[in-house]
Amino acid sequence: MSTDLGTGRDLRTDDEPEAPTGKAVARIPWRHRLSRWDVRLSPYLYVSPFFVIFGIVGLFPLLYTFYVSFFDWELIDDNPTFIGLENYAILLADAQFWKTLVNTVSIFVLSSGPQIMMAVLLAALLNTRLRGPTGWRVGVLMPYVASLVAIGIIFANLFGPNYGLVNGILETIGLDRIDWQADRFSSHVAIAIMVNWRWTGYNALIVLAAMQAIPREILEAAVVDGAGAVRRFFSVTLPLLRPTLIFVVVTSTIGGLQIFTEPKLFDAMPGSNNGGSTNQFQTITLYMYQTAFEREDLGYASAVAWVLFVIIILVALVNFLLTRRIATTGEGKR
Amino acid sequence: MTTFPLPFRRATREQGGTLGRANLWVYGLLTAWVLGSIFPFYWSFLVASRDSSMLTENIPPLVPGGNFFANAQRVFDTVPFWKALGNSVIVAGSVTISTVFFSTLAGFAFAKLRFRGRNVLFVLVVATLAVPTQLGIIPLYMAMAEFGWANELQAVIVPNLVTAIGVFWMRQYTVEAVPYELIEAARADGCSMIRVFWHVCLPAVRPAAAFLGMFTFMTSWNDFLWPLVALNADNPTVQVALEKLQSGYYVDYSLVLAGTTLATIPVLVVFVLLGRQIVAGIMQGAVKG
Repeated sequence: MSTDLGTGRDLRTDDEPEAPTGKAVARIPWRHRLSRWDVRLSPYLYVSPFFVIFGIVGLFPLLYTFYVSFFDWELIDDNPTFIGLENYAILLADAQFWKTLVNTVSIFVLSSGPQIMMAVLLAALLNTRLRGPTGWRVGVLMPYVASLVAIGIIFANLFGPNYGLVNGILETIGLDRIDWQADRFSSHVAIAIMVNWRWTGYNALIVLAAMQAIPREILEAAVVDGAGAVRRFFSVTLPLLRPTLIFVVVTSTIGGLQIFTEPKLFDAMPGSNNGGSTNQFQTITLYMYQTAFEREDLGYASAVAWVLFVIIILVALVNFLLTRRIATTGEGKR
Repeated sequence: MTTFPLPFRRATREQGGTLGRANLWVYGLLTAWVLGSIFPFYWSFLVASRDSSMLTENIPPLVPGGNFFANAQRVFDTVPFWKALGNSVIVAGSVTISTVFFSTLAGFAFAKLRFRGRNVLFVLVVATLAVPTQLGIIPLYMAMAEFGWANELQAVIVPNLVTAIGVFWMRQYTVEAVPYELIEAARADGCSMIRVFWHVCLPAVRPAAAFLGMFTFMTSWNDFLWPLVALNADNPTVQVALEKLQSGYYVDYSLVLAGTTLATIPVLVVFVLLGRQIVAGIMQGAVKG
């Protein structure tokens, strides 16, 4: 690969005859050299801020987390003690850690599955010939602007066990109240509802964009073949959406496994990091936060962080391989 | 027609996949959906405009009361909310300006300049998208404490000065939006690289930069975990202040939800004004990504 910008060299020779006086001629080599350095170095200079910032505040802390995890390291501690793999040994036998792992996966599954189905349905609704299509899209995206903290507080109130609106409605229509915070599964459902409320509209717009990118001829061909609207949706549209749906799932995995704000604010005991009285909805990231900044045990918290990191990377790899396989079989069919 | 005024792939609009004309069912379902989307915001305002006693009823009255300003006043008395608003504006503002500038600069280099290692470096940028850097907050906190930056705003600004998603987004846009001929012409006129960037690239990519700016501002405004770790209750961002508002022994919901309403109004205003562009940006990003 050449280090020069396309036609740069030609442009600079064009410049030379224009220099009128002897003085200017003497300056040309200098300008020439400057311009050469400009062309060579500028690209590196322009992309370097990202790499510098990422290196210092992203990559380095992540790797240093691994280092810290081998120590008994208190929050205010000048002499951390090296203890090898002990933090990891404790972790494997730590019932609370396993509980938070199960909680995280459970909340993730409850949020991503229904969310994707609702997003596709919503996108299909938005893909009809509507009056004022943009207005509907904006309306559907509305929850996306709410901060996770605001959502956490509002939904904790709506799902309150005694005075929450949700239980009020349940009772009014003759159903039993549910203790949304105390019951493990119910708390996962409530947190998943928060996540879905915020993200379904956003994902629906992504799916909608993919739907609109489907060439019209394919759908017209299906009409000619006598396929009804429903059949067209399931046999033509949905298969063609597969890459987009996989993209949505993959991106939601990385964030979903690190879920923190919603479970923290959902707690009936405000300010608590327990994720419920028996950690019934504490997630791994919340556990990491509690270990580091409440119990001030940085070494152990780093071990928790690192294990979650490995899990996320593994899931991302599996996702990547699956995606590639599915994407290539999809290509073959077309 | 209300499209984004852009040379994006506008052709996608109304092109295909359409199920047909919208009927009453479609409008009914969508209306229900949008109402459900708005309801929590309204509920927050509703509780904030009354006093907490309304919550003892199963189905409380759905009409606002007259206590909103009294409750809002209590928010300012309970936590340093003005300071929090100011801090959030400073943090989100600096992060936005910096992210847009550096992402556009890097995007320009990746899209239009040829240099050794370009492809490898760009793949690295994309790969970092999958790295959960949030898990590095423990050493990050230790480093900030070491620098004496704990509880200082730069602790929450510096880590977000430029993002991988920003670089990626601007690169994808710049590839199509800036013609090589323009760059060559500017070079022929003797422009240095940075002037080419400033006078040729920047004007051409302004719509994408504007979207990135809105997106970054909202993300930064709503950021929570790291500000919670890095800042104390006396120097919070809005989100940290909200959390402090909620974490008393007894939660006074008309107070706390007055806080969430106040904190949501700025982003809601931005969204109502620019929602159409945000929608367009998300949809175009989806087609490109």
